[in-house]
Amino acid sequence: MIAQTLPANAGLYLSAILFAIGVAGVMIRRNAIILFMCIELMLNAANLAFVWFSPFAGVQGQVFVFFVIAVAAAEAAVGLAIILAVFRHKETVNINEFSLLRF
Amino acid sequence: MTLDFARQSAYFWALLPEIVLATWTMLVLVVDVFRSSDHPEESRAPVAWMSLAGLVVAGAANAYLLSMREAAPTGMIAVDSFRVFTNFILLLAAGLAICLSFGYLQRRHIDRGEFYVLVLFATVGMMLMAGSRDLILMFIALEVMSVAIYVLVGYHRQDPRSSEASLKYFLLGAFSSGFFLYGIALLFGATGSTHLPTIGTMLGDGVGTASPVALAGMALVLVGLGFKVAAVPFHVWTPDAYDGAPTPVTALMATGVKAAAFAAFIRVFAVGLGGVREDWAPVVWVLAALTMVAANLVALTQGSVKRMLAYSSIAHAGYLLVALLSANQAGAAAFLFYLLVYTVMTAGAFGIVIANSQGDHERVSLEDYAGFGWQQPLLGAAFGLFLLSLAGFPLTGGFLGKLYIIRSALESDNVPLAVVLVLASLISYFYYLRVIVVMYMRPAASANSHDQAGLAVPGRAAIAVAAVAVLALFFAASPVMRAAESSVASLFPAAPALFGMTP
Repeated sequence: MIAQTLPANAGLYLSAILFAIGVAGVMIRRNAIILFMCIELMLNAANLAFVWFSPFAGVQGQVFVFFVIAVAAAEAAVGLAIILAVFRHKETVNINEFSLLRF
Repeated sequence: MTLDFARQSAYFWALLPEIVLATWTMLVLVVDVFRSSDHPEESRAPVAWMSLAGLVVAGAANAYLLSMREAAPTGMIAVDSFRVFTNFILLLAAGLAICLSFGYLQRRHIDRGEFYVLVLFATVGMMLMAGSRDLILMFIALEVMSVAIYVLVGYHRQDPRSSEASLKYFLLGAFSSGFFLYGIALLFGATGSTHLPTIGTMLGDGVGTASPVALAGMALVLVGLGFKVAAVPFHVWTPDAYDGAPTPVTALMATGVKAAAFAAFIRVFAVGLGGVREDWAPVVWVLAALTMVAANLVALTQGSVKRMLAYSSIAHAGYLLVALLSANQAGAAAFLFYLLVYTVMTAGAFGIVIANSQGDHERVSLEDYAGFGWQQPLLGAAFGLFLLSLAGFPLTGGFLGKLYIIRSALESDNVPLAVVLVLASLISYFYYLRVIVVMYMRPAASANSHDQAGLAVPGRAAIAVAAVAVLALFFAASPVMRAAESSVASLFPAAPALFGMTP
């Protein structure tokens, strides 16, 4: 019932907006943890799109979300470990401070 | 054996090489844990040998895959000789990387068994990615590969450069995965499937042609894969990640990861989205031209050989994109051939970079190579060969590979791009030859400055194999080229239908 009162493609627009916020965050923010949160936002925007499409495109869209959640969890485990390893060297997670690798 | 994917058991046979390698890898992990609790200080060479054996076993399973046929291309994984060919390239890349890490890891005090396990898990991911015929499987395989590689890049935790490279690679890699996944979601919405042949028929039948959602999905998938193959302008992570990573990992990233991403690229764009070629070909055209020109120009300015090789690998992504753009089977065959040549010559070149490192010092600046050719005649000659092959000098596999790519570009009336390719490789001669000049014509800092240079025996064997392969791919190229051509024919299942050969 709710879906009928919403404009068509509302979920798609919402997921596109979330994705755009994630991309903009990665571009603008300089804190590695916040960058990572923005990337998670992008993945979840994709999840929302999958769920939104699944009534028309096929129920497997809802199954993919579980795969994506599992992948995002694995990425978070490794990503936070990497951020921790970097923090031990520099005592900061501001990515502007990382400039050892320049020519 | 004919595999019918309506029965789930068919997947067991279709995934045999990956299952074998993944099981073996878990075995290696367990063996390493038990060994290291007994002998914590001992060398990890047995684990490395066991990992190499795992690659050989997976290679045998991969060869067995040749005897299988699929009833219909309905499975999530492709069972065709294109997959077998790319799997061999990926296993070779992983094997070369493991051989080159003998000794190097001890010198830098990072010799732990997980290294090999991570390399093998990354290889499983690469093989699945290169063979997947379904975008969701491709995404998961890409993450299996990438997560292992993120860890490998930052494997030298005590080295701030390694950690920094890992962070940069991780952030941009995860960013690109986000694009790729959102692109998959949009393609799924536009076509109702993530299965590439189904997407191909849906788009080809005009159901979703040029629908904005499908176009946006294609663009995002292109961005995601562009990041992974390091095409300009999505290459910004490459020099830093390649430079900071332990050199065997750099070799694996430049060969295996790139080969897997390119195989996925060709499956998505040439097969899945081949019907709407007009929509993506101009964009890939620009990417290819930009990649070739920009990467070669920036490589000119590099003072570090490792970084120069990183830019060279970006430039080679541009050459491979040209092959991909030639919308004919010759283009795809040239692509496979060049991928093989590229893998051996790049792994060999990074092997020499490893050989020139001493202790914990990487010694990658151009001056560190002064006199290398005289004090280490064999390794110097091999380095010269790899650099000439990377430049595309005659009598090497790199020359023939470029020739095939140019021919396929000309056959598909893509003359401007072929001209750009030739001009870009002319630029590249300068920076490749400069290293050879420094190696042979500049005096070494001292008479024994390269005495410690060298590799463990497996590393030397890897370089010998790579050097022989680079030569063999020029002098005995026709069997390989024929194999590439026949495996590419399996990639385009629709082709025989044109001649009325389907029952």
